[in-house]
Order: sequence, then structure tokens, then C-alpha cells
Amino acid sequence: MSFVEQAPVLIVILPLLSAFLVNMVGLINRRYCLPFAILGIFGSFTASVITLIRIMEHGVIHYRLGGWPPPFGIEYVIDHFNGLVLVTVSFVSLLAVIFSKESIKQELPEKIPQFYTLFVLLVTGLLGMTVTGDAFNLYVLLEISALTGYALIAMGDNKALVASFNYVILGTIGASFYLLGVGHLYIMTGSLNMANLLTILPDLYSLNVIFIALLLILVGTWIKMAFFPMHGWLPNAYTYAPSAAGCLVAPLVTKVSVYIMIRIMLSVFSPLYVYSVVGLSDTIVWMAVIAILSGSILALAQTDFKKMLTYLIVAEVGYMVGGAWLASSSGLTGAILHIVNDALMTLCLFIFAGIVIYKRGGQQLQDLAGLYKKMPITMAAFTVGALSMIGVPPTAGFFSKWYLILGAIDAGKYHFMAALLVSSLVNAILFFRVIEIAYFEPKVDHHGGDSHKVAIDEAPLSMLVPLIIVALSLIVIGLYSGDIVTNIIQHSVPAGL
Amino acid sequence: MESIISDYNYWIYILLMMIGLYAMLAKNNLVKKVIGMSIFQTAIIVFYVSIGAKEHATIPIIAHGHGHGAVEAAIDVTHYANPLPHVLMLTAIVVSVGTLGVALAICLGIYRRYNSLEEDEIQEQLQ
Amino acid sequence: METITSIKPLLAVLVSLVAVIPIVASGSKPNLREAWTFLAGIIKFGLVVSMLPLVLNGSVIEYTLIEVLPGLPIQFRVDPMGMLFALVSSSLWIVTSAYSIGYMRGLDEHSQTRYFSFFAVALSATIGVAFSANLFTMYLFYEMLSLATYPLVTHHQDDEARISGRKYLSYILGTSIGLVLPAMLIIYSLTGTLDFAGQGILSIGLSKSTVTVLLLMCVFGFAKAGIMPFHAWLPAAMVAPTPVSALLHAVAVVKVGVFSIFRVITGIFGTDLLLSLNLGTVLCYIAAFTILTASLIALSQDGLKRRLAFSTIGQLSYIILGASLLSPKGQTGGLMHIAMHAFGKITLFMCAGAIFVATGKKYISEMVGIGKRMPVTMTAFLIGSLSVIGLPPTGGFISKWFLVLGTLEADQITMLVVLLGSSLLNAAYFLPVVYRAFFCTPEESLFEDKVQEAPLWCVVPLVLTAIISVGLFFFPQPFFNLARLAIQGLSGG
Repeated sequence: MSFVEQAPVLIVILPLLSAFLVNMVGLINRRYCLPFAILGIFGSFTASVITLIRIMEHGVIHYRLGGWPPPFGIEYVIDHFNGLVLVTVSFVSLLAVIFSKESIKQELPEKIPQFYTLFVLLVTGLLGMTVTGDAFNLYVLLEISALTGYALIAMGDNKALVASFNYVILGTIGASFYLLGVGHLYIMTGSLNMANLLTILPDLYSLNVIFIALLLILVGTWIKMAFFPMHGWLPNAYTYAPSAAGCLVAPLVTKVSVYIMIRIMLSVFSPLYVYSVVGLSDTIVWMAVIAILSGSILALAQTDFKKMLTYLIVAEVGYMVGGAWLASSSGLTGAILHIVNDALMTLCLFIFAGIVIYKRGGQQLQDLAGLYKKMPITMAAFTVGALSMIGVPPTAGFFSKWYLILGAIDAGKYHFMAALLVSSLVNAILFFRVIEIAYFEPKVDHHGGDSHKVAIDEAPLSMLVPLIIVALSLIVIGLYSGDIVTNIIQHSVPAGL
Repeated sequence: MESIISDYNYWIYILLMMIGLYAMLAKNNLVKKVIGMSIFQTAIIVFYVSIGAKEHATIPIIAHGHGHGAVEAAIDVTHYANPLPHVLMLTAIVVSVGTLGVALAICLGIYRRYNSLEEDEIQEQLQ
Repeated sequence: METITSIKPLLAVLVSLVAVIPIVASGSKPNLREAWTFLAGIIKFGLVVSMLPLVLNGSVIEYTLIEVLPGLPIQFRVDPMGMLFALVSSSLWIVTSAYSIGYMRGLDEHSQTRYFSFFAVALSATIGVAFSANLFTMYLFYEMLSLATYPLVTHHQDDEARISGRKYLSYILGTSIGLVLPAMLIIYSLTGTLDFAGQGILSIGLSKSTVTVLLLMCVFGFAKAGIMPFHAWLPAAMVAPTPVSALLHAVAVVKVGVFSIFRVITGIFGTDLLLSLNLGTVLCYIAAFTILTASLIALSQDGLKRRLAFSTIGQLSYIILGASLLSPKGQTGGLMHIAMHAFGKITLFMCAGAIFVATGKKYISEMVGIGKRMPVTMTAFLIGSLSVIGLPPTGGFISKWFLVLGTLEADQITMLVVLLGSSLLNAAYFLPVVYRAFFCTPEESLFEDKVQEAPLWCVVPLVLTAIISVGLFFFPQPFFNLARLAIQGLSGG
């Protein structure tokens, strides 16, 4: 019963326990909330890393909750794929919770215990979804993270309540569709265990019910990940959420939903079924193309910096869905790698937005004017994030785009390649517009040497450090993406694609 | 024709789902939307419960104690209903109650701020 | 051919990148800050020169940093071609740094720390391109250079800079993401490698149309080479401070463009493949069109820097022309023109800057009689002009000589006519400037008859490069040997 053996379950239990503790100590003194939240998430991060290392050494881990054998008990199955996603999720949450310290003090000083309780519960839900090998358990955790997400978003400014309400309605429809799909699978197979389903389903591939079940589950996850045209809830909800909540929700919720889609495709149905038996690939890749282009074009029309970012998330979801449905091994590799990269890029940009709101009190594009002089370190980190979104090497964004385009070429889907390139160019326009505003000051004294110094006015360290870490990680992950792909992702991409 | 009638449980759940969906998308009042959402979730619960229902069956607990003669009776599966869908739905009901709570709390917040629960009036104030 | 593994290429790339840290740290002490720039420049030049003997002996120095994509490492390889380019840019960085000090302090420009920092980053990227062992590494440094030069181009941070900056980035990034990236991916998908090989990697029985499309994507995609219609960023970028125009837009940035095209033509497509498909001729005509059009436009420009910019666009296509002749002599001439044109054109740009610092004049029509006031500068200008036109006794003559021989060797008589015609045009747009500067009646002269040059920091570098331009006519060996070795390496396999 060593820590290492129990690590899979600790990933979920530690934050769950700390959610209770945060709530309790919040009653005594709200200053104790943050340390407990950090402790819980840090424990989870450590357990995730240990688990991932163990997987890389010994292969897939099956953990039976309470010792019940599947298909009767709930089973946690961690392979290379969700091991990677677990580390990403816990890493991003850790940085987001550290960032939240000052931001919450400024935005929600009255609700610190509630905020951190929900925050840690949301992390628990996301990690649970990633770790579980049981289709129904997944639904419950999906709703746990959704419910806490609704509440966190509703804590934001004036418009957040309405945005959150729309999110509740659409999110519930999405989760219900998922549940319905799982129900159909259960009727046909009598099982909810993913591995068990994978072995039973091949005999039933010819049945319409299975196809309907797949469609229901897909639509459910698409609503949850805001796949265009089911994205309506996302832009407002993420724009008006409190900065600190945005830093957690925006990078992770859509990405974990993409993870679920790929997991269901590969581990409940099979690559054979989703790519060959049902002829959905072409349609879905076209939908992804439309998602990418629409997200990019809608982003161009925004003057609100955070809203612009939210439409970019819509476009990025198109990258991953398209990549997963290309039916080529490079495409799937790209989609999986992009889950990691996009989570980090989005975190980087949302932390930046949070810092701007903290310092300038606004999130409009013109609020960024003159920032390069005033906050050089923040802007340097933002520039790295922006370059990664554009896809400039050696930042991480370039490499996932590389695999995705390669997959598009291998699959002969040149429209997807074109959409990715157009989106890169649009991102370049978007981010250089931002950089231009921040770089050119309203009025510049043309000459005068270095005499007129603008006082450097950076954000507090607790905001700056997570930003710097995530910016550096974008470069490091970019440089080591070859290792990540060969040692981790390749094991999850089915052979023979 | 016979299949349509004998599978009436599916038709009921589909009908309920459509009612719920209609209310969520078409109603102007936020609380009515929430009610629609509840109906929608209930439809799925009904679906699950109905697939676990079985006439003349009981819960799968061996009632005859540990005696040797009771074993044969216990093995006959036709006498027992699969409890799993029902148990799952207990969880799903909890989830849907939670969702309902959050949704109503948000409605309350909206009402306090905008003094209205009509979507069009709120949109007007948001502009 | 012997392959040596050594970390030196990496160090040569990194030294100026690392130098950014002390440059920023000593931002408040200008003298110390500039000392760091010089130190980095000298170390960089020293590292490059220390590898020269090995390269001249026929060895190749390699260093693999990290394998980022399967079969695609970030890898450096110092071969004669890369050596030639690295030698030119690292030596001219030292000269330009000296000149920058005179120029920036002379005009009391703002944000000098930022200026010197990004200059150093740009140089790292340039050397990175020179030493790249595969197309992927080259693309990485190519993009790095695009981004590092943006703050330099828009240094003045006024509306004109803003518009030019937009133009600069949209041309450079638009083409590299829109054309080079997909071309690179398609090539990788077809061949599984992007290594620069002696005979190219695409000789695997592709259809002519595929090769043509890929070739055009690459040639137009490296828009830093200024091939029309993707040239408009270069005149726009002339809003930059003159040292930036001098080093980056006469040497580093634009030469990175042509160097990349040179590499791709020889290392990815391969001379034989292009010869067999007769695609060299297509490229020749594209280059010839740019040469003639740019020269004609240059004639009508009154802004001195704009005239120099259009002249650069024309001269860059000489190098493309040399590469696309696909004959050993033509390619040797093209490679040597990278060096010869660099020294000539940087002299001209520095002269333009010196005139601006001393008198504030930007337009040629305002420079009548300036030779009497700034005789040293204008003499250097004359030498630079001669080199760009290709007249003896300057280095430009040598490279143009080989280009002409190349046209004969490749049997492209049209191109011979283009080269000669363009030389006449070059003379027509440069010599009047010099003539009006020295020979005019006292009434016409706009300047007093008193010698008053720009600050010493400005004048010494341009005199130095002018002297080197002349020196290269008599001693072209270092560059000639490298170019010869490089071309031999291509055919030798």
C-alpha cells in the first residue's frame, strides 16, 4: 500500500479531500484556503507525475476501486494517453491556483472559501474524468466538473450570470446526450466498463443502435467542448468569468472533453469502427474545417481581448476534432499533442489577460497600449504564448500543427491543411495587432536617448511566476516534443492507422 | 406495428425529451427553461429505469438463507431484475437535483440584478 | 569528405543570443553595453574564423542539438556554402556595431538598449540559417529572424513605422507560413527527410507539375529574397534606422532569403532534377524580370535609401539567377555575389546614413554638391557604386564575371543580355548621384565649401568596408575558394 501503488486514486482523492478542508478552514480564517487548495492540487500533480513515470516503465495501470474486479466495480485505467493528460491537467491547475491569489483578492474578496472549494472540486472532476475507465462514472464526474464550472463562472461580473445560465442549459443537454448514448450501449451489452465494451461491441457493429449511441455520445461531447456550431455558450461564459476561474476553465474543460471524445473513439468503439465501419470521417473533418475558419473569423471581429481568445478556443477545438478524425496516425498524434499544447497556450494567454485586468482594470484591446515598456517580462511571456498560437518554431504550437498538417497530407484531406494554414495566418494578424497596440505607445518622444524612462510596473510575483513558468514550458515542450511523441503518444496511437 | 406499441417506454422517453428540449430552447422565461431542463433529464432517467424493469421479478438478493436446497432457486435469473440501471439512476437523480439547484441559484442571482426573469428584458438591459 | 562533430557551430549561433542578457543588464551604462556587443561580435567572428581552415580542407563540422521531430533534428552543419555566408555576416556585424554607435548616439535615438539587444538576436538567427543542416532548422531560424527584426524596423514607433511594420510582417510571415511551411511538410511527407543533401532529396520520380509547384512555393515563400511580386516589404522597411537597413536589409535579412533559396535549390531539389525538368530556365526568367523591373524603378526614386532598396531587390535576383543557371560557374558567381554585394551595398547604406547624420538630408535631389562637404563619404559611395555595378577594381566585378561566364556555360544568351543591360541601368541610377555630388558649379551647390564629415564612429566603418570592397578585387580567394568548394561539393555528391 505504498504511495506509488495508490497514486492513481490519490490523483483524485487528494483534491477531493482538500476541497472539504478548504471549506472547513474557510470558516475559521479565509487566509488558510489558498494553502490547502495548493496543497491538494500539488499532491495530485505529484501523484500524476509518479503515475506517468510508472506507466512509461511498466505499461498500463489498472486500479480497482475498493478491490472490486471489473466489470462489476469501477476501474481506473491509466495508459500513456491519459497519463499525459493527467499531468497536463494537474500542472495547469497548479499554476492557475497560484495565479488566483492576488486576482481573487481583488475581484472576489468576499467569496474566497467558496471560490477555492469550487475550484478544487472542478479540478477533481476533470482529473476523475481523465482517470476513469467506466463510462457511467465518467458521466458523474463530467457533471461534477460542469456544476462547479457553472458556479465559478457565475461569480464573475454583471454579464456572467446570464452567460452561466446559458452554459447550464446547453451543458446539461450535452451531458444528457452523453448519458443517453451510454444507455444505448448498456442495453446492447450490459456493461459500462470501457475495456469490457471494447471486447463486446465488435459483434454488434452492424446494428444501428450502436451507431446511434456513437452519434449521441459525439454530440454530447461536442456540446461540452464547444465544437462549432455548438459553441454558443462558450464565448460569453469564458469572457465574463472571474480571471482566476477563466484560467482554469478555459484551458482545461474543452481539452478534457476532447480527451473524452478520443478515449471513447479508441477505447470503447475501436479505430476500425469509427474510421472504417461508419463513414463519418469526411463529414466531421469538414465540420472541423468550418469550425476552424468560423472561430478564426469571429475572433477577428472582436475588440475585447478575452473574447477574442475565446473564439480562438473554438477554432482550436476544430484543430483537435479534425485531427482525431483524419484517420491517420500523424493526425491523431497531432490532436493528442495539441491537447497538451493548447491547454498550456490558453493558460498563458488567460493568465496574461488576468494580469492586464488586474493592472489596468479592463480587457479591451486598447487597455494594452504601451505595455511593452511598462511590463516587459509579462509581455515577453505573452509574446511566447502568441507565437505558439501562431505556430512559430520552436514553440509548442508549431509542433502540434506540424503533426496535424502532416496527418492531413497523409489522409489526403488538403482542405484541412488549408484551414490550419489560414488559421495560422489569422492568428498572426490577431496577435500582431495586439503586439502592435502594446508596442506602440499613444505618443512617442522620437528622440531623447534613454533619458525618458517609463517606470517598470510589473504584476505581483504570484501572478508573474506562473506566467513565466508556462511560457518557458511552451518552449521546453516544443523542443522535447519529439521525446513526448516517441515515448508517450506513440503508445496511444493504434498501430495500423 | 407491434414493435412500436411494445416499445412504448421508448416513445414516452422521447416525447418527454422533446417537451424538455422545446421548453429549454423556446421558452422566454428562465424558470420555464429550468423546468424544461428538469423534464429533459427526467426523460433519460425514465429511459434507464424502464430498461431495468421486469414483470414478476424481484431484487437479486437470495432470500432463502444459506441452506443447500435454496441454491437452485437463486440461480434462476428470470426471477430477478437487473438492479444496476436503477442504482445508476440514483446517482443521476442526485446529479440532476444538483444541476437544478445551481440553475435556480443562478436564476435568483439574475432576478436580483435585473429584476426580471424574462430573457428578452434581460437582453435589453445587457445591451 | 571528413565529418567532425564539434559544438562550435552552436556556440557561434548562441554567443550573440546570450549577449542579450548583459546588454540588457547594463542598459543604463551605454559604454559598457556597447562593449558587450563588440565582445560578442568578436567572439562570434573568432568562432567562425576558427572553423574556416577545417572547412577549406574539405571537412564538414556537424552538431546535433536535439531531435524534435522523428528524423528531423535541430542540427547544424558547417559546409563551405554556410561558411561563406557566416563569414560575411559575422564580420560585418562588428563593423555595423561601430557604425550603430555613431549613428544612434549622433541622432540621440530612444530605446538604444532594445535596439542593440534585438540586433544581437537577429545575428544569432542569421548565423543559425547559415549553419542549418536541414530545411526545418533553417525555417526555425528564418522565422526567428523575421520576428527579431520587427522591433528594429519599427524602431521609431511612429505611424509610418507602424504601417511599414505591418507590411513587413504580412509579407514575410504570410509567405513563410502560407507557402514555405506547407511546401516543407509536403516534401517531408514525400521523402521522410528534410536534410540538405549534395544532390537533393526529391529525385524520387515525382511528376513535373508537383516539383514545379513545390519549387515555386519555396522560391516565392522565402520572401526575404525580395523576388517580385513579394518585394514591397523591402522599400517599406527603409523607415528603420540606417544601420538596420545597412546590416539587415543589405546583408543579413535579404541574404538569408537568397541563401535559403540557394540551399533549397541545391540541397532539396538538386541541380540534376531541375536540369532534367528544365525548371532552371523558369527561375531564370522570374529572376530576370525582377532584376530589370527593380532597376527601372530604382531610376525613378528620389529617396536615397529607397533607391538603394530597389537596387538591392535587383541585386538579390542576380544571386537567384546564378543559382538557377544550374551551371557550376553561374552558381559560384551567385555565391560570391552574396559576399561581394554585401560589402558594396553596406558601404552605400552607411554612406546614406552618414549623410543623414551630418546634414539631415534624405533625398538625392538635395545632395547636389555634397561631395565637397563630405569627400570621404562620397568617395566611399563611389567605390560602393562601382562594386554594385560590377566594375573593376572592385569585388563586384569578380562575381559578375562568373555570373556572365555561367550564362555562357548554361547557354542562356538572354540572361547574358539581361545581366549586361542591368549593369547599364545600375550605372544609370548610381553614377549621377556621385557626379552631381562632386561636379557642379558653385551656384548649383547646396552646401558650403567646407569639409564637415559625420562623426568618426560613422565614417571609419564605411571607409573600412569600401577598402574591403576594393581589396576583394585583388584578393577574392577566401570567398572564391569557399564558393568553389561549395559547388564542387554539390556535384561531387
